[in-house]
Amino acid sequence: MADYEIPEMKEIPIIPKVHEGVMAHSKPFVAKEEFQEQLGFPGELVDNWQQVAYDKMEELNGKYRSLAVFLDACVKCGACTDKCHYYLGTTDPKNMPVARQDLYRKVYRRKFTFAGKYFPKLVGAVDLTKEVLDDWYSYFHQCSQCRRCSVYCPYGIDTAEISMAAREVMDSIGVGQKYCNEIIGKVYKIGNNLGLPEPALVDTLEGLEEDIEDETGVKVRLPVDEKGADVLVVTPSADFFAEPHVDGLMGYAKVFHEAGISWTLSSHASEAANFGMFIGSYENMRKVSMRIREAALDLGVKRIIFGECGHAWRVAYSFLNTLAGPFDFLDPKYPVPQHIMEFTYDLIQRDALTLDKSANDDMVLTYHDSCNVARASRMGPMPGGQFILPREVIKASCNHFYDMPQDTIHEATYCCGGGGGLLTDDLMELRVKGALPRMEALKHVVEEHGVTHMAAICAICKSQFAKVMPYYGFQMDSIVSVHQLVSNAIVLGNKQ
Amino acid sequence: MSFWTIVYALLFYVATALLVGGLAYKIRKYAKTPAPLKIPTTPAPVTRQGVVLRMFREVAFFESLFRSNKWIWIFGYLFHFGMFLVLARHMRYFTNPVWTWVELIQPFGLYAAFAMAAGLAGLWARRVLVDRVRYISALSDHLMLALLMAIALTGLSMDYITHTDIVALKAFFLGLMYFNWQPIPEDPLLLIHLALVASLMIIFPVSKLLHAPGVFFSPTRNQVDNPREQRHLAPWAAELEK
Repeated sequence: MADYEIPEMKEIPIIPKVHEGVMAHSKPFVAKEEFQEQLGFPGELVDNWQQVAYDKMEELNGKYRSLAVFLDACVKCGACTDKCHYYLGTTDPKNMPVARQDLYRKVYRRKFTFAGKYFPKLVGAVDLTKEVLDDWYSYFHQCSQCRRCSVYCPYGIDTAEISMAAREVMDSIGVGQKYCNEIIGKVYKIGNNLGLPEPALVDTLEGLEEDIEDETGVKVRLPVDEKGADVLVVTPSADFFAEPHVDGLMGYAKVFHEAGISWTLSSHASEAANFGMFIGSYENMRKVSMRIREAALDLGVKRIIFGECGHAWRVAYSFLNTLAGPFDFLDPKYPVPQHIMEFTYDLIQRDALTLDKSANDDMVLTYHDSCNVARASRMGPMPGGQFILPREVIKASCNHFYDMPQDTIHEATYCCGGGGGLLTDDLMELRVKGALPRMEALKHVVEEHGVTHMAAICAICKSQFAKVMPYYGFQMDSIVSVHQLVSNAIVLGNKQ
Repeated sequence: MSFWTIVYALLFYVATALLVGGLAYKIRKYAKTPAPLKIPTTPAPVTRQGVVLRMFREVAFFESLFRSNKWIWIFGYLFHFGMFLVLARHMRYFTNPVWTWVELIQPFGLYAAFAMAAGLAGLWARRVLVDRVRYISALSDHLMLALLMAIALTGLSMDYITHTDIVALKAFFLGLMYFNWQPIPEDPLLLIHLALVASLMIIFPVSKLLHAPGVFFSPTRNQVDNPREQRHLAPWAAELEK
C-alpha cells in the first residue's frame, strides 16, 4: 500500500524515542510562478532572498504580538515535546513543537537579539542559510496549526503562529506551497477551493434536491444566489460532492426546510474554508473573507450561517468580524456568524425538529473534535460550547454514542493529520503517520464499545479520515458528517 | 573605600540599570506590538474578570504545565516558589525597619532554598536524561541552570558553612540605595554569590528569562473570547480598509 512503514497502534500509547531526520524528506510541491503571482508573491526564489526574508521577519515581529512574545518566552521546558500528533506519529524530533519553533527562533535570535548576534553558538543561533530554508520548507509544512501545543505550554506559545509566520516569510521570497496557493487563486477566480463554477454548482444542487425527493418524497430545496433569503449559508465546497460531506449538506437543507426559514448558498462565496490563514497572510485571508461580506450584501440576507468546517469556523468565529466586519447590516438578534450546529441545536432545544434516533441504529458512534473548532473557536454562549453542542446534536439523532478517551477529546483532541494546508497527496506519508494518535483512540472505543462510525464537523477531517483510515484497518466510510446523522433521523413534514 | 566595595557598588548599579531598563524596553515592545487577531486558546473566558482569573491560575499554579507534565510541574514549581520565598526573605537586607511580613516568612525562606535547589536539580536531570528535552537544549539552557544552581548553593553555604557579616552587608546595600556607600564584607563566598546574582540581573532582559513578563502578554492566554460581540481591529489592519 505504501513505501513507508505504517505506525503500529499501541494499546497504551507510549512516547516514542527521537529519531533524527526521519521526515526531512517530506516536502510538499513548490508553487509555480502563476500560483505565486496571483497572490501577490514573487514567482520564484528572489536573488537577495536572505535579506528579503530578514526584512519580512522584522516586519512580522512588529505586526504580531504573538510572534514577538512567543519567540522570546520559550524556556525549553519540554512540556510540549510529546503533544504533537506529527511527533508521535513520525518520531522526528523537529516535529516536537518547541523544535519546530526553534527553526524560526534560531534565525530570529541570530539577527534580532543581543545574545544571538554576539554569542550565536551559546544560544544556538544561526543565519538563514539554504539548508535552514530547506528545513523550514519541510517542517513548517509538517504543522497542521492545530494548537494542541498551545494548550499545554505554560506561556500559551502557539506553534501555529510561528508556522504561519514562517510560511509568510517563505511566500515573500518566492517559495510558496503549491496546494494552498493554487487553491486561494481558485477562490479569487471562481469562488471556491474546488474551482466549481456557478452553472456546475446549480446543477449539483438540483441533483441533490432530486436525491432527497426520491428518498423521502418531500421537495427540499437547496437554493443558490436567491436574493431576499433570510440566511446565507457558507459551507466548504467539499460539501457539494465529496463523501461524507454531501450527506451533511443535505442534512442542513432538511433542517432549514423543517424550520421553515428561507436560505441560500452563494456562488460568489461558495467556500467557507479560508486558506489565507494557512499561509499566515492577513491580506489574503481578508480578501477571501470579503467575498462573504459582498455576498451577504448582494443577496440582502439577515443572517450568515457556516456549515461543517473546522479551520473555516475559526476564521469565521474568531476573525470574520475583524476581517470583513462590521456586520451592522444584518439582523442584530443573531450572532455573526453562526454555526449550523448552533442553529440545529437551538431547534432541537425548542422541540422544533422530529428526530427518529432509530434511523441511525446501524451505527455505534463516537465524535472527533476538530482541532480548530475545539481550540480556536466557540459555539453557543458558554465556554466549551463547541464540545457540548455537536455531542447533543449527535445524541439527539442516534441511540448509541461513546466518547473516545478523555485525553484525546475536547481541547486535548488530536488533529486528524491533514489540517493547516497539508491535505494534499504529496504529503501522504505525513498524513498517514500524523493520524496515528487519533486512530489509537478510535481503536480503543471500537474494542471497548463496538464503535462503528466516527462523526466529525470539518471538511478536512472528513476527507483526511476517508483517505487514511484504511491504512489502519478501518473502513473508509466509517467517517460521517454530524448533519448526515441529523439527515438520517429527521422526519420531514412533521412540524408545521 | 576598598577596591571590592567600589567594584561591587558599581556592578550593582549597572546590573540594576540594565535589568530595569532592559525589561522596560521589552515590556514596552510587547505592549506596543498589536495583536491583530483574536487567538485565545479556547475554551477561554468570555469576560475580562475571567481572563484575570485564568492568568492568575497560570502564574500562581502553572495550570497549563500541570495538565501537561507532572514532573516538569513539580520541579518547576519547587524551583519558582522556592525562589520566590528566598527573594522575599532577602528583602530584610534592603529594608529598615524590616517589614512585618518579611519577618514572618524568615523561617520558611531557609527551607525554600533547598526546595529551589531540588527543583533545579530535577529540571537539569530532565535536560540530560530525557532524550526529547536533551535534543532541544542549547548550551545556554544548561548554563542558565548552572548559574541559578550556583546562586542557590553559595547562598546556602553562607547559612550552613561560613557565615558572612550580614549586618555589614545590609549596611552596604542600604548605602547603595541611599547613595551613602558603606564597605562590603570581603568574604569570597559572598562576593561570588553577589557576582552571580548581578550576572543573572544583567542576563535577564536578553535571555529566556523574558518568559516572566512575556506570559502576561501572551495573546492565547490574555484575550477575552468575544470576537462576535466586539470587533477587534489592529491599527495596521484598519489601514487596509481605507
